[in-house]
Amino acid sequence: MNDKLYNNRAWWLILPMLLLVAFSAIIPLMTVVNYSVQDVFDAHTRFFTGTEWFRETLNDPALQAALLRQFAFSLTVLAIEVPLGISIALLMPRKGWQASAVLILVTMPLLIPWNVVGSIWQIFTRGDIGLMGWGLRELGYGYNITRSAADAWGTIILMDVWHWTPLIALLCYSGLRAIPDAYYQAARIDRASRWAVFRYIQLPKLTNVLVIGVLLRFMHSFMIYAEPFVLTGGGPGSSTTFLSQTLTTMAIGQQDLGPSAAFSIIYFLIILLVCWIFYTAIMNLQKDKQNKGA
Amino acid sequence: MAEITLKGLAHSYLPQPTSPGDYAIREMDHVWQQGGAYALLGPSGCGKSTLLNIISGLLEPSSGEVLFDGERVNSLPPEARNIAQVFQFPVVYDTMTVYDNLAFPLRNVGTPAGRVHERVLEVADVLELTAQLKRKAKNLTADEKQKVSMGRGLVRDDVSAILFDEPLTVIDPQLKWKLRRKLKEIHRRFNITMVYVTHDQLEASTFADKIAVMYEGQVVQFGTPRELFEAPNHTFVGYFIGSPGMNFLEVALRDGRVVSGAVSLSVAPAVHRAVAEARSTNLKLGIRPEFVEVHPAPVEDAMEARVEDVQDLGTYAIVQLRLGEIALKARVEEDEPLPEERAWLRFPVERLGLYVDEFRVEIPHE
Amino acid sequence: MSLILENIDLKVGGESHITDVNLELQPGSFNVLLGRTLAGKTTLMRLMAGLDTPTRGRVLMNGQDVTGVSVRHRNVSMVYQQFINYPALSVYDNIASPLKLARVSAAEIDRRVRQTAEMLHIEHLLDRLPLELSGGQQQRTAMGRALVKDADIVLFDEPLVNLDYKLREEFREELRALFSKRHCIAVYATTEPAEALALGGHTAVLHEGRLLQYGRTEDVYHRPRDILAAEMFSEPPINILRGIVSGSEVTFDRRMHFPLNDDLRRLAPGEYRFGVRPAHVSLAPRAEDDIEVRMTVEMAEISGSETFLHVASELFHLTVHLEGVHEFDPGQAITLYIPTHKVYAFDRAGAVVHIPSHAGRA
Repeated sequence: MNDKLYNNRAWWLILPMLLLVAFSAIIPLMTVVNYSVQDVFDAHTRFFTGTEWFRETLNDPALQAALLRQFAFSLTVLAIEVPLGISIALLMPRKGWQASAVLILVTMPLLIPWNVVGSIWQIFTRGDIGLMGWGLRELGYGYNITRSAADAWGTIILMDVWHWTPLIALLCYSGLRAIPDAYYQAARIDRASRWAVFRYIQLPKLTNVLVIGVLLRFMHSFMIYAEPFVLTGGGPGSSTTFLSQTLTTMAIGQQDLGPSAAFSIIYFLIILLVCWIFYTAIMNLQKDKQNKGA
Repeated sequence: MAEITLKGLAHSYLPQPTSPGDYAIREMDHVWQQGGAYALLGPSGCGKSTLLNIISGLLEPSSGEVLFDGERVNSLPPEARNIAQVFQFPVVYDTMTVYDNLAFPLRNVGTPAGRVHERVLEVADVLELTAQLKRKAKNLTADEKQKVSMGRGLVRDDVSAILFDEPLTVIDPQLKWKLRRKLKEIHRRFNITMVYVTHDQLEASTFADKIAVMYEGQVVQFGTPRELFEAPNHTFVGYFIGSPGMNFLEVALRDGRVVSGAVSLSVAPAVHRAVAEARSTNLKLGIRPEFVEVHPAPVEDAMEARVEDVQDLGTYAIVQLRLGEIALKARVEEDEPLPEERAWLRFPVERLGLYVDEFRVEIPHE
Repeated sequence: MSLILENIDLKVGGESHITDVNLELQPGSFNVLLGRTLAGKTTLMRLMAGLDTPTRGRVLMNGQDVTGVSVRHRNVSMVYQQFINYPALSVYDNIASPLKLARVSAAEIDRRVRQTAEMLHIEHLLDRLPLELSGGQQQRTAMGRALVKDADIVLFDEPLVNLDYKLREEFREELRALFSKRHCIAVYATTEPAEALALGGHTAVLHEGRLLQYGRTEDVYHRPRDILAAEMFSEPPINILRGIVSGSEVTFDRRMHFPLNDDLRRLAPGEYRFGVRPAHVSLAPRAEDDIEVRMTVEMAEISGSETFLHVASELFHLTVHLEGVHEFDPGQAITLYIPTHKVYAFDRAGAVVHIPSHAGRA
């Protein structure tokens, strides 16, 4: 009620930030919005199209397929990376030189630029000189990412897991380190099993870092571009063509500015929506607990 | 149910201890009897937490034996020792309800649900947690959480001892009184050996039947609170027990008189004899502030002292005095007259202790 | 330097943390903020320091309004519960740090650091790093940093909580002596009534963001303004008994009747709550008008020199603090004497209506 008594001059302090955001986000975004409702022929000829591009985009089977592929990909990598990251964090040594050594080793993949990751794996999977490609063939498996969609998928997922599981592992590791020893001691005295310790002590304390981890990984993986583009170029066929690549082809390759602008906005809204749903769901889960308690 | 025996026990955190200073626990023998309420009292760094962790099995001693009912348990882990421990900061399983927290140790060993229910309700009743059973442990207050962690020890039928590691640190003073009473009540009802580690002498003495005072890795005295108060056998115990601690005056025999610094003390002949007989130059007379007689006017055989400060502590006052150059404290009750500027002191012989090389020597008196 | 808080409110997100606090701290005074966890002690200190700005009201220093002035322009220092030092700096550099920031000359820094260290008995530790020190020594270093810069206000937020009981005793005595010679305003937060008494000076009793009472420590203890202040400032907690005054007598426990003595004669008929300090109940009568009560022992807690008895009748509980060792078995019947000339009376609203004429020594 007395909130108006707060010192409102402080609002001026966010003005620079507001300007910065305006330039970096709002203006480009509005440009896209602008294009998304017009049909542009050249610099002087344009028509207002209303929601036409949006309807067209949403009904485009190629885009729908890309969207489905994208969800399948994101959910698969999350389903692998989160449990794997937690497991790695649990196995990492807690102190001594081993801790530092393992930490450096685990961090390594995170330091490599996206497109370089793609190149590394491109070479790695080649049947003639790549260790994995050559090895698998030698073992009698007809591995070929340019022909088999399953191989291409498997490889991209493997690559993403290799690249990004360390992020989850590091987040969880820091979360685990923050648990006081007394909790483990109490659990031993209560004769808790290893599973019970994980379920009732470690997992609850990891919830917060995991929320951050899952959100980051979802956004990242949903926007994945450089790695599959370098590795498979979206093929074979369009089996590994994800959303961002479809969009790039549309906007740059075909110069379909209207539809690609509409599509960009839809893309943006999907990410926003999924993150929002996920975040509120987790927060509500915690709130419910508190309400029940009170 | 267990009697806990420590036999020739010593512990060092260093792999190759050489001097006595390397030991966190110096060699000791000790027995905690079944069903007793004990306290382990000492300043931080005296080794009391180390000893507690050795008893609970979180730490294996470098040498000596830990026996439970005569059986060697040195290398048994905590889960195999049937011991419960309450930590300084409350440890509860946040996401579980109070009920599930209490049921946890029983469910871990596959106790039938009916039995779990019965025990949880019984323990919740004793701890006055029945109304909170359905709440998440996360949302409890600090004292409720401490009760829950205590309850996890009590639900088990097989627990032979509960160890407390400064359990009231995070509790407000008014609630400490309540919780301490609860502890005593539980001790009486369950007949479990309890060992309570603390640096607070009031907590130790009101909880325990017998207190082990630890100093530099050793138990310097093991006795009832009354013994520790009235006849501390080491100057450290005199200083550490009591608030404020015991007054110590370095004394010597000079020209046939007992003197402390430049002051000639007026003491009974028995004290004189005891000082004369002692064969050391490290002699101290100890007297508790409670037992120093303070008179606002001259009385027979009294020594004149200067009053430096008076602290009104509500229902009594602590008077800081100077006898020559020696600083002394005396406790004066609310109904007794307070001295101003000057005071006349007497040391009743039955309340004086002589400390030779820091250890107490009884002064014979009628 | 005086500090005045005028009609201070602090609300955060619609929730009241501090409500209508008026407080005037005298130059050179030592002030204890006494209250339970979450009573608003730390919040009030943050307002004094200028770390927070009140929602309503003014903060005056030396008569000047400093309400919106930031902590950096107020010459305030603070000591916390945790031992907060710069881990990479020696004790010497830790203590010197506020002076270096103030660009004091090197010679002056050296003089003041050594003087402060000596005052706190850490002059032999100046070359050490904080983490090589014991908890008590670390806290002394933190205090050194707070004291060296001659701040106008020094704030202590439960600085002894993480120290051993015996060390706390020493610190309290030293602080008492130290501040008797200084001219700054010291403010010290604690949850322990005994600590407030041991520190002396003035005490402000806080409860749920409100200031219950402020005055000289002994006065606040002996002359509580209301029942809450009495309860907050007593350890063991003061006994509260319901009683009905009618005509010339008091009825406790529905059955026990006692004639009103001279002290209590002025009480109008009606219902009261009577406050009895645990230390005032005794095993033997000390005056003719003592009230005799028969109770049952629930428990006796015996420290070496004192006994705390918890006794009950059908209608009320009493805590009794006795000198010396007295052994009682649970369930044992006991007769106790409550001195009517040491009893406080509170009306239904909780305001004090009678303070014993012999309260304390004053």
